[in-house]
Amino acid sequence: MPIDILMPALSPTMEQGKLAKWLKKVGDKIKPGDILAEIETDKATMEVEAVDEGVLASILIEGGTDNVAVNTRIAVIAGEGEDANAAAAPAAASAAAPVATAAPAAVAAPAIVTAPAAPPATANAYDASSEVPAGTEMVATTVREALRDAMAEEMRADGNVFVMGEEVAEYQGAYKVTQGLLQEFGPKRVVDTPITEHGFAGIAVGAAYEGLRPIVEFMTFNFAMQAIDHIINSAAKTLYMSGGQLGCPIVFRGPNGAAARVGAQHSHDYAAWYSNVPGLKVVMPFTAADAKGLLKSAIRDPNPVVFLENEILYGQSFPVPQMDNWLVPIGKARIHRPGKDVTLVSFGIGMTYCIKAAAELEKDGIDCEIIDLRTIRPMDIDTVVASVMKTGRCVAVEEGFPQSGVTAEIATRVMERAFDYLDAPVIRITGKDVPMPYAANLEKLALPNVGEVIAAVKAVTYR
Amino acid sequence: MAVAARKAKSVAPKSGTKASGSRSAVKIISNIPQLTRDEDMHAYKEMLLIRRFEEKSGQMYGMGLIGGFCHLYIGQEAVVVGMQMASKPGDQVITGYRDHGHMLACGMESRGVLAELTGRRGGYSRGKGGSMHMFSREKKFFGGHGIVGAQVSLGTGLGFANWYRNDPSVSLVYFGDGAANQGQVYESFNMAALWKLPVVYIIENNRYAMGTSVNRASAQTDFSRRGLSFNIPGEQVDGMDIRAVKAAGERAMEHARSGKGPYILEMQTYRYRGHSMSDPAKYRTKDEVQKMREEHDPIEQVRARLINQWKVAEDELKAIDAKARDVVNDAAEFATHDPEPDVAELYTDILL
Repeated sequence: MPIDILMPALSPTMEQGKLAKWLKKVGDKIKPGDILAEIETDKATMEVEAVDEGVLASILIEGGTDNVAVNTRIAVIAGEGEDANAAAAPAAASAAAPVATAAPAAVAAPAIVTAPAAPPATANAYDASSEVPAGTEMVATTVREALRDAMAEEMRADGNVFVMGEEVAEYQGAYKVTQGLLQEFGPKRVVDTPITEHGFAGIAVGAAYEGLRPIVEFMTFNFAMQAIDHIINSAAKTLYMSGGQLGCPIVFRGPNGAAARVGAQHSHDYAAWYSNVPGLKVVMPFTAADAKGLLKSAIRDPNPVVFLENEILYGQSFPVPQMDNWLVPIGKARIHRPGKDVTLVSFGIGMTYCIKAAAELEKDGIDCEIIDLRTIRPMDIDTVVASVMKTGRCVAVEEGFPQSGVTAEIATRVMERAFDYLDAPVIRITGKDVPMPYAANLEKLALPNVGEVIAAVKAVTYR
Repeated sequence: MAVAARKAKSVAPKSGTKASGSRSAVKIISNIPQLTRDEDMHAYKEMLLIRRFEEKSGQMYGMGLIGGFCHLYIGQEAVVVGMQMASKPGDQVITGYRDHGHMLACGMESRGVLAELTGRRGGYSRGKGGSMHMFSREKKFFGGHGIVGAQVSLGTGLGFANWYRNDPSVSLVYFGDGAANQGQVYESFNMAALWKLPVVYIIENNRYAMGTSVNRASAQTDFSRRGLSFNIPGEQVDGMDIRAVKAAGERAMEHARSGKGPYILEMQTYRYRGHSMSDPAKYRTKDEVQKMREEHDPIEQVRARLINQWKVAEDELKAIDAKARDVVNDAAEFATHDPEPDVAELYTDILL
């Protein structure tokens, strides 16, 4: 069968080009890899190589021709043993376009959004109060201990779980979160790394591809910017890029956000950054009970989980249920304080501002409902919307920057889902739009404060 | 260019003469490692399949059937085929974006690879990865990575998993002369050497990082020395000669498998085609490309041995050529007519 040589495209956007010259002439023997002709566009020159074997039977477009459309027949090769003259003859004039027909008919993409959706009649709030069975003993535990206990329990249960990071083993953790793990599990499962975030994050992701379940501790998430390529490009996207073949069961954890006067490079809150990425789960607990239950869930999760802790919270104590298998589901918010007048939404250390504000506001007769998101992605917006439907007002609080922040996302989703229920615009209380200053007075100004939350609540309740 | 394996001492030259068994046999003067007839035959078939596959990919790209980026492996076939001949079942392979040859050499099906290039549902990633992103857990191929140098840390992690599990497998980590200048490569070298991880780093030096020649990008152009400060042994290998590749691969893998830690192989090779399909190729002369093709082609070298040394009949070679072409044509037919992914696939495989 004669073989058509078509005008090739140098890129998916090329529509036509110049057939600069022929390097073979009619009658020449052709074998795979032989260069037949040169093509030029304004960007590049490319050689057209033969893929098949035979004899160049005819040249349909002469060298030096401009504006030759992609996929035009430019020559014909007669296969071995074929009559070159006969091959040259048939249908030589028709410029074939075999490509478009070969592809299946385009199917319309699913409609994502047609019009502003009508507000749903209901939203199902998650009831976190059922997580702890009645009568369970509660033990005061610091967030630091809760995190350590979560790791130790999961390491006892699964030999594939290991911890790696800077100073996690012999030093017992830069913030003592991994205290005692080396003694119990040994150096193979509690791995001190050199100071090399990009490298060890990649190594951990590779180990997760192979089925291990690494817990990567970043001394702070500020340093994880060195490693963010592996968190996003290598961990979050691979399941999708592999058509579901290659998952990445890994936890990236460590302190995130402002501590106390550590300056701009050690105070960044990355919740919004990771929250932007499909393929990641992002968790940011406030209480020790949630820290423990969520970290255990994160370690068991088959997906990459970014687990954002807070240095200031490490030493705070909360009641933690004494249970063999205390798990908190990822992706579910917790109503920290039920109320009827306004919905306060926050997560992580942002909760502290809400709790203090609510106590003050109670004195003024304003009853705040406080929702702790616990997970940033996937976000339990149903619980927030259900609350807003009840209160009609919403204030969202975070320490991160205002633009494209997590509270901006909350405000948008509340607007989309509960616009008709809102009696006032959603107000965001965030960190200020400045790099974190060092001076004590300026740092205080740069962070949210209780007064701002109180003022926002009074604004949305028109008091 | 033709640099024979440096550490020839550990290579036992196999006699190709008929004097076997005689103590008075003619002394072998060449220290180039030899392949058996079967090995040469295997190498020829494997390399030829990659060559034909890539030529077809180039053609289909030109027809608009393959979109985006498409980086062809033509010219470098001896590297991955030789290394696979030296490897053992269970050894992992990971590479960058010029990955079609590695996948075929790992035993992945032409149909699945080519259908991924055309973005169809029968592709290895169900059409969601493309040329640079394919994986096969079954064949121990871990991608297919589009960020230059990322595969070096990731592949070191595969070696870490072997070390953690006391698994005797070795992780084979491929990257180019361009990636060799990325910082994470040295972070990985450090940890691999520190923990004695079973990793072989294969630097495919094809002389150009996209359009930048090695001399314009690298202060140290002897890539076998790039692990020197971590005490990682390295050697330069004629990556166009599959005999040298296989012998060096065996030395490196033996080293890594025996618990001595990582090893570096600089494969001196050459890509005939542009960096990607839309490469103006202004950075090198046509004569340079032509000379490599004519004098050092990895497939022609084996073909010449099959004819001259092993007396394989032309007809038999023709049959092999025809078979390679059949496999590729069948794959092209499949990849052209296989449907695109179902639209519901847009929202699958994001989380497990």
